[in-house]
Amino acid sequence: MSRRDPRKVPLGWDEAVDLERDPAVVPDPADVDVPPALRTSIDAAMQRYPDSRSATLPALAAAQEVHGWCSPEAIHQVAAVMQVTPAYLSSVATFYDMLRTEPIGDPFGEAAGSAGCARPTYVYVCTSVACHLRAAKDVYDAITEEARDQGLEGVDLREFECLGACDMAPMASVDGRYVGPLTTDDARELVTAIKERREVLPGRGLADPGYRLPWAEERPV
Amino acid sequence: MSELKFLTANLHEPLLHEIETYERLGGYKAARKALIEMAPEEVLEELEASGLRGRGGAGFSMGKKAGFIPKGSMDKYLCCNADESEPGTFKDRLLMQRNPHLLIEGCIIGSLAAGANKAFIFIRGEYETQAKILDAAVVEAYDKGYLGAGIFGSDFDLELVVHRGQGAYICGEESALLDALEGKRGNPRLKPPFPANQGLYQGPTLINNVETLCNAPAIIEKGADWFSAMGEGKSTGTKVVSVSGNVQRPGNYEIELGVTVREIVEGLAGGPPEGRTVKCFFPGGSSAPVLTADALDLPYTFEAMAEAGSMLGSGAIIVVDDSQPLVPLALRLAEFYRHESCGKCVPCREGTNWTVKMLERIDDGEATPMDLHIMSEVQANIIGNCLCVLGDSMAMPIGSMIKHFREEFETHIDEARAHRNGGVAVGEHDAGELAAATAAGPQ
Repeated sequence: MSRRDPRKVPLGWDEAVDLERDPAVVPDPADVDVPPALRTSIDAAMQRYPDSRSATLPALAAAQEVHGWCSPEAIHQVAAVMQVTPAYLSSVATFYDMLRTEPIGDPFGEAAGSAGCARPTYVYVCTSVACHLRAAKDVYDAITEEARDQGLEGVDLREFECLGACDMAPMASVDGRYVGPLTTDDARELVTAIKERREVLPGRGLADPGYRLPWAEERPV
Repeated sequence: MSELKFLTANLHEPLLHEIETYERLGGYKAARKALIEMAPEEVLEELEASGLRGRGGAGFSMGKKAGFIPKGSMDKYLCCNADESEPGTFKDRLLMQRNPHLLIEGCIIGSLAAGANKAFIFIRGEYETQAKILDAAVVEAYDKGYLGAGIFGSDFDLELVVHRGQGAYICGEESALLDALEGKRGNPRLKPPFPANQGLYQGPTLINNVETLCNAPAIIEKGADWFSAMGEGKSTGTKVVSVSGNVQRPGNYEIELGVTVREIVEGLAGGPPEGRTVKCFFPGGSSAPVLTADALDLPYTFEAMAEAGSMLGSGAIIVVDDSQPLVPLALRLAEFYRHESCGKCVPCREGTNWTVKMLERIDDGEATPMDLHIMSEVQANIIGNCLCVLGDSMAMPIGSMIKHFREEFETHIDEARAHRNGGVAVGEHDAGELAAATAAGPQ
């Protein structure tokens, strides 16, 4: 009768604390190799604010772009550039939905979550209140089933809370590109396009030239 | 029934996001006027006289809010709240994507009124397209000298930074937004002190929603009287209303405040699908208590919605038609707030979690009528007991659903139990009703 997967226990929650280990301190910049582009991008973000700590979110997002997720290595690099503790950055990273604190491997395969891959595509399918009323869960289920059938790998595919596009419900965000309205029939093409690294559902993206809702005559969205 | 447009009037222009097009259509005139012809106090007076109320949810007078900012030389800030995450709301997305310079101009005027020399637009991380468009617009404005030092040849300096969130509904709460902007977890702060006194980096901070700031240029250009002539009573001006859910034409519609909800839902958005009727609707985003179909003829104003026991909120109307069972909807709503609760206050963290669990029990046929009673009590115990209103935002709509549709909840409990027990009669329902319920299966 239960329709939900049991909630996944977040990484690290069932691991015992190692009391022998020294607490992580602010890393010495000389000891840490940071990709030059990442360093430049974090430095630029720190310059933009009166308090350089405000750069935490842009810095973590930039590190995630490079590493695929907020891995211990990524966090260590950001900590070295920003001169804050890794624990502080972890506390921030775990708060925000778009910052991944677990690697995206092959979500359906044996090796799920082991390796992680750089810059995984993300697919957020909105199933929140307004999309729920337009059967978004069916669309999400169709997409996950199709992803499993096609063996789609390296994709951060999840149900997401309201993405602010209830006019095009049900909808999904593929790497920030909003597509919709979707039906279960779109699942195959959506998954295939991601797999073949093509643009997903051309012409049906919110920011595509000439995009209109099916029922709109002149209405811009 | 037609729309009344000035915020969305030029949106059909394909290149409106570019500064040349925006200026050709009269853009940046208001900011120039405010900076060169008007004193900051006059700008503030004009905004207050217009009666413009916050468009983000609370509906507080924008002029009054800006007036709370202390005078004197200190670091003050303007934060534009573009973290639009309230389910059902997508008006700011439209404004930022199509008309980013209108928001920048609004930020200039707002900053002038507050005496701020540093402004931030906090945009939710999911709006990647809109953030890029805003970034490009900000660069254009800097290049033209409309941002930076000595704007329009005045002695007013303004730095504007577009700051992207990373996915958390709570960052739309103004004090949580400030923490997120300072690079922390987005936890709401204890108030007082209010952000107007101690906000970003402990400095006085004015926080306004995107649509609120977008109204400022027209008020400065055409005057407070022009603005307050629109609307009804204390709800002046127009409102971009996001209509979604079970309607034929979901979308953003700009209306004069005071038209009836029916005109918006049925006139503009086409009403529910053929053969369906309105069961209930959220008049102001998913945090607003639901109203039933008999409230459709009320005027869409802050006052009328409050009197009816709900709120205008962010101006997002989510329509639920009579084919929708309420328990799964309530469950989905509660799941949202459970996911988004920051966990700082116990009533919200535990209350959202237990509401989800009780609704799951109801849906799974494990609940008794007592669960409904306990669930109502839980909602009552959340309201007013937390640092921010996230918990209340679940408790109010769930409470209103139980109030208006108690019978449906009770029937759902009985039917789900009967189904679970393989058709064995539970409660006082007759056999025929139960058999039908069992055949139909769980919702």
